[in-house]
Amino acid sequence: MSLLEVKDLSAGYGPVAVLDGLSLTVAEGEAVVILGANGAGKTTTLRAISGMLDAKGSMVFDGQSVLGARPDKLVARGIAHVPQGRGTIVDLTVEENLRIGGYARRDGDVEADIDRWCEVFPRLGQRRTQAAGSMSGGEQQMLAIARAFMSKPKLLLLDEPSLGLAPLVTREVFDRVGELVAETNTAVLLVEQNANLALDFAARGYVLESGRIVGQGTADELKADDSIRRAYLGGDL
Amino acid sequence: MIGFQLSEFLQYGVIGVGNGALYAMVGLGLVVIYRSTGLLNFSQGEIAMFSTFVVWQLHDLGFPLPLALIAGMVAGALFGAVVFRVAVQPVGDPHTKPLAVVIVTIGLFLGVNAGAQLIWGTGDRNMPKLFGGGAVQVGDLSIAWQKIGAVAVLAVEVIVLYVVFRRTKLGLAMRAVASNPESSALSGVPVSRILLVGWGLAAALGAVAGTFAAPDRGLNSSLMLLILVYSFAAITLGGFDSLVGAVVGGLVVGVVTEVLPRYVSFLSKMPLAPAFVLILLVLLVKPEGLFGSKQVSRV
Repeated sequence: MSLLEVKDLSAGYGPVAVLDGLSLTVAEGEAVVILGANGAGKTTTLRAISGMLDAKGSMVFDGQSVLGARPDKLVARGIAHVPQGRGTIVDLTVEENLRIGGYARRDGDVEADIDRWCEVFPRLGQRRTQAAGSMSGGEQQMLAIARAFMSKPKLLLLDEPSLGLAPLVTREVFDRVGELVAETNTAVLLVEQNANLALDFAARGYVLESGRIVGQGTADELKADDSIRRAYLGGDL
Repeated sequence: MIGFQLSEFLQYGVIGVGNGALYAMVGLGLVVIYRSTGLLNFSQGEIAMFSTFVVWQLHDLGFPLPLALIAGMVAGALFGAVVFRVAVQPVGDPHTKPLAVVIVTIGLFLGVNAGAQLIWGTGDRNMPKLFGGGAVQVGDLSIAWQKIGAVAVLAVEVIVLYVVFRRTKLGLAMRAVASNPESSALSGVPVSRILLVGWGLAAALGAVAGTFAAPDRGLNSSLMLLILVYSFAAITLGGFDSLVGAVVGGLVVGVVTEVLPRYVSFLSKMPLAPAFVLILLVLLVKPEGLFGSKQVSRV
């Protein structure tokens, strides 16, 4: 059974429909990427899934219909979303950002978990009491991801983690996230412009065009597909 | 400054501090809303005035004043929360539509004022003093218990708010929502409930300010009009997002606007002028105020 099953999803901004009958699934612990050109609706897809946008269709997460649920309720159910452009709360310290990440949790281990994430990302540990907004782009991205993990998600939605980061830093972010999701058996739905990197990270992918899924397959199949390569991967691999 | 007498000067100062405590109390409410929604609430004073009428009404019905005040704070908090849910929230997210929301708070300013006139009429009501009419004599100086009480209550308010903002999960959530409502929601914070609590808290603070202001000024629907302007000056000076700033700003504005017109004759005919000059100067020289935080972010 899939962890997330989206069927015939339509969503948009006011009268402008961006998603038009989109369907996709993510299995437990699986890493899936959505590829597509600018304006195809990748970010909108993630925003609809995390409850930031009103959507029509059907969305089943962990066996329950979650269409129309508010974002904070979905976090409590196990969907964490790292929005585009780093979702850190810049006026709070690193530690406070992590604490906010655990806001919906009802267990008493939040403080211990903050310590743990500061060890996992030593640079966050060094800057624990520093305002998040004063950190570099890469550090903020790490913080946004750590904050998402603080909610103990079953599904992590990652929107363009490479945005604005140097290639080396991007590589590091992907490596760390890869280790972490493997360790915690967290499923990932990734949106990424850097398709080469994304297809190394994910096991499976969808190709999105004008709000519809126009292609799908395993990462290897997508890498080998000439038309996809030309459209999204930019030349030779 | 012919005929300057220290004792007279100090007496004006004491009156100024008493007024300043009121400006600071209203200023605290403004800071609470600014820190949870990032906007200025022009209806803060009117909601305070309305809550003060509730305090007066309960006292008039026979409740002891301290009890009436606590009930008035609760009523004010509920009123503030309802106003937010019914009139402010439907307009939209203050972060994406700040102008629309600010205009709604100005509309509320007029609406609440008219509502209070409808219910309680336009005449003055007598509000007794929470700390009685007595005064302490220190040398030539006479300090009313009511003023000492106002400063003490103000101190308690600041400490409680500081603890709430810095040491509680609710306060952390309020700061998070003020800074980035979207990421807060995506982290599991129930954003609209947090905003509701912020408005309620600010309105409860307003009830206290109004109850201290009403005895000397007479309780009517324009009770908070001038006080709100002075409070804006106070938080501009202290910094919109700083609790300590609201207090220091409030006291400075209170003293300056009380003392200056006593010695500079043309100011006595335009008592608001020093407050406006102060707002202007601060915005020109140090826009974030004395204690406000500068916007630091790398994008």
